[in-house]
Amino acid sequence: MIKQSQRTSIIAIIVIFGGLIGFSFVTAGSLGDFGITMLSGLFQGMLLFLVASGLSIVFGLMGVLNFAQGGFFMLGAYVAYDIQHPGGLIDLTGAIPDPNVRFIFAVVGAAIVGAVLGFGFERGLLRPLYARPVFQLVLTFGVSLVIVQVVKALWTTTPYSWTETFGVREGFFELFGQRFSTYRLFVVVSGFALIAAIWLLLQRTRIGIIIRAGVEDSAMVEALGINVRAVFAFVFTLGCAVATLGGAIAAPFLGASAGLGDSFLLASIAVVVLGGLGSYGGTAIGSLLVGLAVSVVASYATRYLNAPVWASLTPMLLLILVLLIRPSGLFGEER
Amino acid sequence: MNILEIEAIDTFIGQFHILEGVSLSVPLGAITVILGRNGAGKTTTLRSIMGMTPPRSGSIRFEGKPIGGKRPYTIAQMGIGYVPEHRAIFKELSVHQNLEIAERRRGDLHRQAAFIFELFPDLERLAHLSGGALSGGQQQMLAIARALVPDNRLLLIDEPSEGLAPVIIEHLMAAIKRLSGQMTVLLVEQNFRMASRLAEHYAIIEEGRSVATGAMADLRGDEVLIRRYLGVTTGGAA
Repeated sequence: MIKQSQRTSIIAIIVIFGGLIGFSFVTAGSLGDFGITMLSGLFQGMLLFLVASGLSIVFGLMGVLNFAQGGFFMLGAYVAYDIQHPGGLIDLTGAIPDPNVRFIFAVVGAAIVGAVLGFGFERGLLRPLYARPVFQLVLTFGVSLVIVQVVKALWTTTPYSWTETFGVREGFFELFGQRFSTYRLFVVVSGFALIAAIWLLLQRTRIGIIIRAGVEDSAMVEALGINVRAVFAFVFTLGCAVATLGGAIAAPFLGASAGLGDSFLLASIAVVVLGGLGSYGGTAIGSLLVGLAVSVVASYATRYLNAPVWASLTPMLLLILVLLIRPSGLFGEER
Repeated sequence: MNILEIEAIDTFIGQFHILEGVSLSVPLGAITVILGRNGAGKTTTLRSIMGMTPPRSGSIRFEGKPIGGKRPYTIAQMGIGYVPEHRAIFKELSVHQNLEIAERRRGDLHRQAAFIFELFPDLERLAHLSGGALSGGQQQMLAIARALVPDNRLLLIDEPSEGLAPVIIEHLMAAIKRLSGQMTVLLVEQNFRMASRLAEHYAIIEEGRSVATGAMADLRGDEVLIRRYLGVTTGGAA
């Protein structure tokens, strides 16, 4: 039995996906360009998901819109860059000469930095403000500014572009006569793996069941004898760790720059609202929709309009479109 | 002996002074009902016991130990189960997960399963449905069952009959009566007929103050008290 509103959402998703793919197929110069656009859409969607998933679960459970999520993403990119390249704060080039192994350390290191800072953030700053939602909003916004300044102080204001090479980043594969970087494929695959891992956590584990129940009614969860604040801390820490992990994975492609967080944060907020606040599935599908839309529009606008700016407007335009059809988002509860 | 002693608690919600010195004793092993009109402060009394709307003054003792000022999860862990108004079933979780989440120690549900499913056989059949797919009566049964999973000695049940058909109310009453053989029950109930048949003790709250308390057997004959505070007659089914 499917509710009417859900049917509208499913139809909307199919129409938007179909429309984007069809439009791209017709307007692309060649099959190879079409393939690049699709892969790049998936790639962007996955990166968005890494920021948006934390944003969505934290908001659903705690009612906190964490504006610092973009800052954590950017920080992750810097930490990964630093660990990978010689001459940074942490120089591992001597200890671990193999760049592939060093990249694993870079990604894991970024996630650990995110987790530690996220835990401290929740404990020290957010916790005293649970009774004051507006203060929290200002706080997370303030923290995002602090992260930007700290990053500039540690790594200067000059953006870094990734120079180290390693296996996945160097490889290419061929499809429809076009060369594709294996790194994009690597990001798409790890994104899907992460979506599945978080989904399993939410569906199959006790903490996951508690999180899903808490998204519905955290006061009732607490009245059952569960320390909801400890669950909050866990989820917030996880959200920050996933964001820095995302930044680390994105860095070999996008480099590290102080503005990296802002662009992802804005699009991620569009994803979370469009998917339906607090809905994990909605966030996953919303990320793919927005990623694909940005990629299709970017390719078209660059080719025919000579105005790539349309790509950065796309998340918000798509958000408006979806909210006109379903005011509570694709999978949102009507409140 | 009383399992719960409330002395002169004052509770505010925002700026509103909801409870103005409520006192209440809940005798061990029996069913006590809190009666009173809409908005008298019955639900707030239960929420104050749970620490969800913590009282600003007064004292609450459970099994002799003070619980005032503690967080709701600590109070629940001491052995109090809460079945709130409107049931608060987790709609996204399955019936089984709704029960499982209430475990405080691994194996709680397994230990209690026979008792729970004997009281509410429907729930066993519906275990894999989502909470949102249940009818109002089934949700109420699930909410009570959820409170039976861990080792609770006191159950707080808020308006179990609200919005349910008479035949389902009968079934719930029988179940509450049966489980009261194993634990103490503090009930809030608007339906006086149901309350008077079920409970052995009563307490009346009027505009945030406790105004009368005693044995249900005495209240049944006291037309004046009933009409004055509850606005019902013993013959009516309010």
